[in-house]
Amino acid sequence: MKNCCCKSAAEPACCGAWQELKAWHDGVCDTPLGSVPRVRTQLTWRDRLGGCLVRWNFRRMDYAVSPGLYAVGRPTSESNVFVSANYKLSFDVLRAALNGINGWILVLDTKGINVWCAAGKGTFGTAELVRRVLETGLDKVVSHRALIVPQLGATGVAAHEVFCLSGFKVIYGPVRAADIPEFLAAGLRATPAMRRVDFPLWDRLKVVPVEAMLWLKPALAIMFLLFILAGLNRHGYDPALALGQWFRLGLAVFVTYLAGILFVPLLLPWLPGRSFAIKGAMAGLGASVLIWCSGGYFWIEGMAITLLSVAICSFLGLNFTGCTTYTSPSGVRREMKWALPLQIAGTIAGGLLWLGARFV
Amino acid sequence: MNMTCLKNMASLQIDRDKCAGCGMCEAVCPHAVFRVNSGKAEIADLDACMECGACAKNCPVNALSVDSGVGCATGILNGMLRGGKACCGETGGCCN
Repeated sequence: MKNCCCKSAAEPACCGAWQELKAWHDGVCDTPLGSVPRVRTQLTWRDRLGGCLVRWNFRRMDYAVSPGLYAVGRPTSESNVFVSANYKLSFDVLRAALNGINGWILVLDTKGINVWCAAGKGTFGTAELVRRVLETGLDKVVSHRALIVPQLGATGVAAHEVFCLSGFKVIYGPVRAADIPEFLAAGLRATPAMRRVDFPLWDRLKVVPVEAMLWLKPALAIMFLLFILAGLNRHGYDPALALGQWFRLGLAVFVTYLAGILFVPLLLPWLPGRSFAIKGAMAGLGASVLIWCSGGYFWIEGMAITLLSVAICSFLGLNFTGCTTYTSPSGVRREMKWALPLQIAGTIAGGLLWLGARFV
Repeated sequence: MNMTCLKNMASLQIDRDKCAGCGMCEAVCPHAVFRVNSGKAEIADLDACMECGACAKNCPVNALSVDSGVGCATGILNGMLRGGKACCGETGGCCN
């Protein structure tokens, strides 16, 4: 059997998946077109650490595996082909779910983006899937003509077009990779529950660290700006005045940040209304009550902080629509139309009031 | 905007004359919006629709239409500011 796997640069790259020996490779699997890497189905501490770090936004846009064909277990030409994205977090969830299963994984080049988001952008799509099937020579590796594509990939993949262009029939698998063993046992049939997306507490909390990291810098910048401005008074500028207030200013910004970033996702189902801007505003109102109680504020400054907190948390709530699994563009656009002007007005009014409070 | 639109926001529409009842929309929908009844699909829960576009993309007879996109305020805001389509903030990611 011809082994063309990257023995030298001159060899044709029959398996794009080969670049370097990765810790999650587990030998090779011979196919009529050469060897393809076999992947481990048990995640190591390094996989888990890497997954943890990207959830905290460390190298999140650079967490990819090479596209191409991989083997799981001891697959034959009869084994199922599972299609995945090349975001390593997605790929890891899939190979862990395939523990004890023999099959093939066809990884598409989605620029390191997960299946659902990539499908929305079209990178996990008909063209890339067909291209990858042809490039890997999948029709020579397997004797059947079926691809198991994650259901959420359907936003980018048109099953009937894939069939026309490649001869492979797309079978949509379950939403969650963890349901794959049950899906296979049921003869490639997904139950209605496997087809549905939900947004339970744990999933809501998993998106918090990335948002927290993305909004950390703006929060620190606002903290610093308020600290500098806090020295203003009727007689000019007094640094001692600023220094004396650093703690309560920092606390006010921190509580608002926490309310917008953590409490909105945490309390999402219980915050009133369907609108995310209102849910966020409610979290901001709660935050401002806490701040007001803790700071001993004069009423003008207290009002200013309430306005700022409500406006900022409302914006963060609206921003959270991008993390959810059920908001529609029509709904979000309509909500933005009335909410954004109010949020901007609230921020400006709150900011001016807070500044004005320095001079009374 | 008419407030009766409050609930019926989603732009999803089905042409029942074209529908062949293959059930693909029912299979790909992540929010169980469709139900196939006596050889035709019907929209059973329009308000659950998130306009992801999976159903229209996979309908072999083009019986479905939906104004699909990302339901993300930041993405829509980015699109408005850059004057293009809605996109996420990541550089080198989706916006290219």
